[in-house]
Amino acid sequence: MAMPAATFAAGGRLVRRKTTSLVMLALTVIATVVAIIPLVWIISYVVVQALPALSLTFLTQLPTPVGVPGGGIANALVGSAITVGIGILIAGPIGLLAALFLALSRSQRLATAIRFGTDVVAGVPSIVMGIFVYSIIVLPQGHFSALSGGVVLGFIMLPIVIRTAEEILRLVPSSLREGSLAIGAAEWRTALAVLLPAAINGIVTGIMLAIARAAGEAAPMLFTAFGNPFMSTDVNGPVATLPHTVFVYAISPYEDWRAKAWATALVLMAVVLGLNVLARLITWARSRQTGTAGS
Amino acid sequence: MIRTELLRRPGRLGHIWRHGDGPSGLLAAAAGLSVLALVAGIGWALWADSALSRQAFGLSFLTSTEWDPAIDQAFGALPFIQGTLVTSALALIIAVPIGIGVAIFLSELAPPWLRAPLGMLVELLAAIPSVVYGLWGLFVFIPVIVKPLGVALDQSLGFLPLFAGPIYGPSRLAAGLLLAIMILPTIAAVGRDVITAVPRAQREGALAVGATHWETIAQVVLPYARSGLLGAVVLGLARALGETIAVTMVIGNNLDLSASLLHPGYTMASIIANEFTEATFDLYLNALIEIGLVLFVLSLIINFVARLLIWRVSRQVAAG
Repeated sequence: MAMPAATFAAGGRLVRRKTTSLVMLALTVIATVVAIIPLVWIISYVVVQALPALSLTFLTQLPTPVGVPGGGIANALVGSAITVGIGILIAGPIGLLAALFLALSRSQRLATAIRFGTDVVAGVPSIVMGIFVYSIIVLPQGHFSALSGGVVLGFIMLPIVIRTAEEILRLVPSSLREGSLAIGAAEWRTALAVLLPAAINGIVTGIMLAIARAAGEAAPMLFTAFGNPFMSTDVNGPVATLPHTVFVYAISPYEDWRAKAWATALVLMAVVLGLNVLARLITWARSRQTGTAGS
Repeated sequence: MIRTELLRRPGRLGHIWRHGDGPSGLLAAAAGLSVLALVAGIGWALWADSALSRQAFGLSFLTSTEWDPAIDQAFGALPFIQGTLVTSALALIIAVPIGIGVAIFLSELAPPWLRAPLGMLVELLAAIPSVVYGLWGLFVFIPVIVKPLGVALDQSLGFLPLFAGPIYGPSRLAAGLLLAIMILPTIAAVGRDVITAVPRAQREGALAVGATHWETIAQVVLPYARSGLLGAVVLGLARALGETIAVTMVIGNNLDLSASLLHPGYTMASIIANEFTEATFDLYLNALIEIGLVLFVLSLIINFVARLLIWRVSRQVAAG
């Protein structure tokens, strides 16, 4: 590191240098405040706008036509649950297996390739993922469906599950695994009976973060789950989802739909941010637990 | 010693139960490989389903400004590529200095008790769904911030084509600013991790020869973390390029070819979001899928560069 040592020499410019230092450090404080403002602004604004429209019936009723009072987002809640559920069914098992492979594999070259592939999948814009699933499911089937929406969400969740699960599996002390292998358990039974239980907290956290991410995806839903004003639990038919409902209501020209956009946004944010906070609390509690054990 | 039951010839199921490592190992490997298959599958599907458009327009698809599904049935992606580049560039110009400032504060300055909660707030900012950003952008951010700012820019710098009026609410400016807010947490969080990874000895050395706190950061810590910070910026860029719903809601969705930031525009992602379900004939759909292909290739390149940069830092740090 070529360090211009001369500039550090104490001299008449010391006051100026110290002032510069203070000013620049103060700027980083301002930057942090500026960065936090949108978070506070968005959350508080959504809450204030949503509260008048929000009630229990908003969660249990189906949408009403424009101008008809009442109505809710029961269909979108159910649709989101179905699509995210399908997503977990895909990303959970595949992601866990892939993470086990990465954590235990002896072939570092293959593991590196798969890790890079995971990063690439994580970086694919969700709308491109939507086109992909449109190509492989919607187009051949000839109709939009909850299934296709769930598959998109599964692909979006997959890299998140793999990354967090691998990270946590690596933290399991290798003595646990070696002990299990030493008493004669097969590698796969060791994985099921020793590794996964030891890492279960972290794995659940990872899956929660993946759900939070997937539950907020509106763009790929436009041409997979598509949206549906009626209650539907048919995986082969179109369903409404929370983020897509926010989008449709927001860009509508109707005042009462816009009010519902805010209320739906609050429900969506409560789910997404709630899962995020919960996941971080679990991580934090665990790190305090193991921290006292000296890890 | 060897247990006798292992010497008995087990049945097929029993055999797998005890020695199932072959099949289960294969299963795990298959799951890992499925990620690579997914990448290949996306590339293949986008390539195959954009065939009509690729054959009809060739490379001129990327340079043509004509997007006319109704009459000429001619498609060119330049307005969208331009819109994506302009809004992403604007987002980077604003988010990079602020994001790095946050990263410096979180890693170098904040007292330890403040680091975890502040870091969590920044990460929560990244977790807000895109559609909520769009909703807030459309009804709050545009009228309260973007429009007054646009008017001010037009009055003071309106002679530049970049700030030519008339003022609309939804505009490239609105999209760029909203994107800046959205990518800021990515840059700040990754930047914080990269700066935290700089060895203490580097800082102590600089402080020992009489550098002020800021000189230590600017002349020693940041140069040391340079390629990792660049990686953080590139990851932010990746998010900006692919961001769809929020941009679609605030950019105005207009095939305006002017250079003005204050005019409504279009991005690659937002044209797909807007017209994909309205594409009434195959060539139209193929053209939209080809835009998706361009986005996919861009995201591949950008992620590759970002990982390379971050990987270089971690290797550097590991090597001491």
